[in-house]
Amino acid sequence: MATQASRIAGRLMLSPVVVLLFLWMIVPLGMTIYFSFLRFNLLMPGTEEFTGFENYSYFFTDPAFWPALVNTLVLVLGVLVITVVGGVALAVLLDQPMWGQGIVRILVIAPFFVMPSVSALVWKNMLMNPVNGLFAALARGLGLEPIDFFADAPLASIIAIVAWQWLPFATLILFTAMQSLDREQMEAAEMDGAGPIWRFVHLTIPHLMRAATVVVLIQTIFLLSVFAEILVTTNGGPGTASTTLTFLVYMQSMLQFDVGLGSAGGIVAVILANIVAIFLMRMIGKNLEA
Amino acid sequence: MGEIVLSEVRKSFGGVSIIQGIDLVIPDGEFVVFVGPSGCGKSTLLRLIAGLEDTSSGTISIDGKDATKLPPAKRSLAMVFQSYALYPHMSVRKNIAFPLRMAGLPAEEQQRKVEAAAKVLNLTPYLDRKPSQLSGGQRQRVAIGRAIVREPAAFLFDEPLSNLDAALRVSMRQEISELHHTLKTTMIYVTHDQVEAMTMADRIVVLNAGRIEQVGSPLELYRSPANLFVAGFIGSPKMNLIEGAEAAKYGAHTLGVRPEHIDIAEDGPWKGLVGLCEHLGSDTFLKVEVEGIGQINVRVGGDVPLRHGARVNLAPQADKLHRFDAGGKAMV
Ligand SMILES: Nc1ncnc2c1ncn2[C@@H]1O[C@H](COP(=O)(O)OP(=O)(O)OP(=O)(O)O)[C@@H](O)[C@H]1O
Ligand SMILES: [Mg+2]
Repeated sequence: MATQASRIAGRLMLSPVVVLLFLWMIVPLGMTIYFSFLRFNLLMPGTEEFTGFENYSYFFTDPAFWPALVNTLVLVLGVLVITVVGGVALAVLLDQPMWGQGIVRILVIAPFFVMPSVSALVWKNMLMNPVNGLFAALARGLGLEPIDFFADAPLASIIAIVAWQWLPFATLILFTAMQSLDREQMEAAEMDGAGPIWRFVHLTIPHLMRAATVVVLIQTIFLLSVFAEILVTTNGGPGTASTTLTFLVYMQSMLQFDVGLGSAGGIVAVILANIVAIFLMRMIGKNLEA
Repeated sequence: MGEIVLSEVRKSFGGVSIIQGIDLVIPDGEFVVFVGPSGCGKSTLLRLIAGLEDTSSGTISIDGKDATKLPPAKRSLAMVFQSYALYPHMSVRKNIAFPLRMAGLPAEEQQRKVEAAAKVLNLTPYLDRKPSQLSGGQRQRVAIGRAIVREPAAFLFDEPLSNLDAALRVSMRQEISELHHTLKTTMIYVTHDQVEAMTMADRIVVLNAGRIEQVGSPLELYRSPANLFVAGFIGSPKMNLIEGAEAAKYGAHTLGVRPEHIDIAEDGPWKGLVGLCEHLGSDTFLKVEVEGIGQINVRVGGDVPLRHGARVNLAPQADKLHRFDAGGKAMV
């Protein structure tokens, strides 16, 4: 891409894709913004009219709004912490020479291939069910009272399910980074008198920072829109205990057929996602620079 | 204090024997160079001494104490790696201070030692940079700095200059030699470059396929190579090795004569035709096709007016001939 001509040619060839991607984003966003300013209820067709910020004020004053906001942040943060810490631990373990390495690595990746709704159902009916679940059976075996996970700790249960799904992704990225860690550096540190823990703190952790940043950024995008797991397990309840912003938008636009209110919620979610993204880039974005 | 004694040291990787019984005594303060062709086990031997690999059998003792089973950190050896192995996330200062920090030295003392080392190695202006912001030679010096602050019993170098360009290699080579004169610490230096070996070593250990071929000072190896391998390996350009009738005249299976020990003489016994002719200014390297012998490399003065296709008579210097028997051993 050195000459003027090749630069122009490059731009020309890129432009259809750029235009397509831009439309792909801007049309739904524009329509959502437009709907969010309308009174638009599917149960009352033909009554659409401009209402200004009325939908927004309804959304903000909805008693479920603040709990949903808090739940969203707790969910995202909880899953991030579990997956990054767990991912680093698994990456270190997988990096050790051991028998059956190939199979173990595939097993670790496997949960990522399971559809969210399916894995949520498996967790709900086979593991966490207070009557038939494996955990309940274990608890009874130990002489303890089985826990009704989705009634007593709904958000924590959902965090566990989502973390289980995302742990393979984090592990995969961190493990790949782990393999690019220079052996000679480790040996130099060993000769310098650094034990395994110091080597982990001074060499492994700094080396993994970049990969961890990628994991955090990518996961945040997907975690802000976790939906199937909630729908299949708790349906946002009990009360609003496991309602996130995504789920709140769904309840309002789909269950109450209020497209205007749902759109306003969607725009709020978009703004929240951007705020989170800006925060993240400020905090950890510098790790991505070479 | 750093006397290192290897006895019957062997190492095999998965059944393949790589180091096949090494006996070697390295006295305190000596600069020893391991040379040998690629894959002969130089790095492996160094790593065995460092404790980064376990020996398969044999013992290694450092300062009279058996160190065969000691972990690397306990052997008080410092190693400089070919890739430098600097810690990329730490500044130069932190890199050099790392071994001191691991040893639990107080901060002021760390500071003092780091600055002293930086001064010796001309690194003071770069102390707050990251390794990625340094040139190859500077990185190499940081790696050396990290080794010297520990005041180890011995330094181990694994081809430390092979990533540098020719000019820098020469100057770093001299710096390391000078460092040895100042510190007077035992140094073991691995290289496959025989010029480095000849110029730096007190003693050279020539390795081949996991065995020691010969140990001696550079000039000993040059003057009296113990076998064909050493004869061919030490010296540049390579020694001419002649077999057949010409060698038999001298009662040897193989006759060795160095290119610099052949003169051009009117009455020389070897008549030949000059092939390739390399004028370096200070020297001229000739490849001469000699009748009945084959190609002979000759090194003569810089102002020899010979060209491709010229006829010359060559005379080997009689007192500089090397004779080898059928087994490749030198004959006396
Ligand atoms: N960890 C290992 N596992 C199996 N074989 C090994 C291992 N390390 C080295 N080897 C083998 O041991 C032999 C000697 O290797 P070594 O690295 O000591 O060579 P070297 O003399 O340092 O060569 P070079 O000049 O190319 O660095 C090689 O044939 C190599 O393949
Ligand atoms: Mg090597």
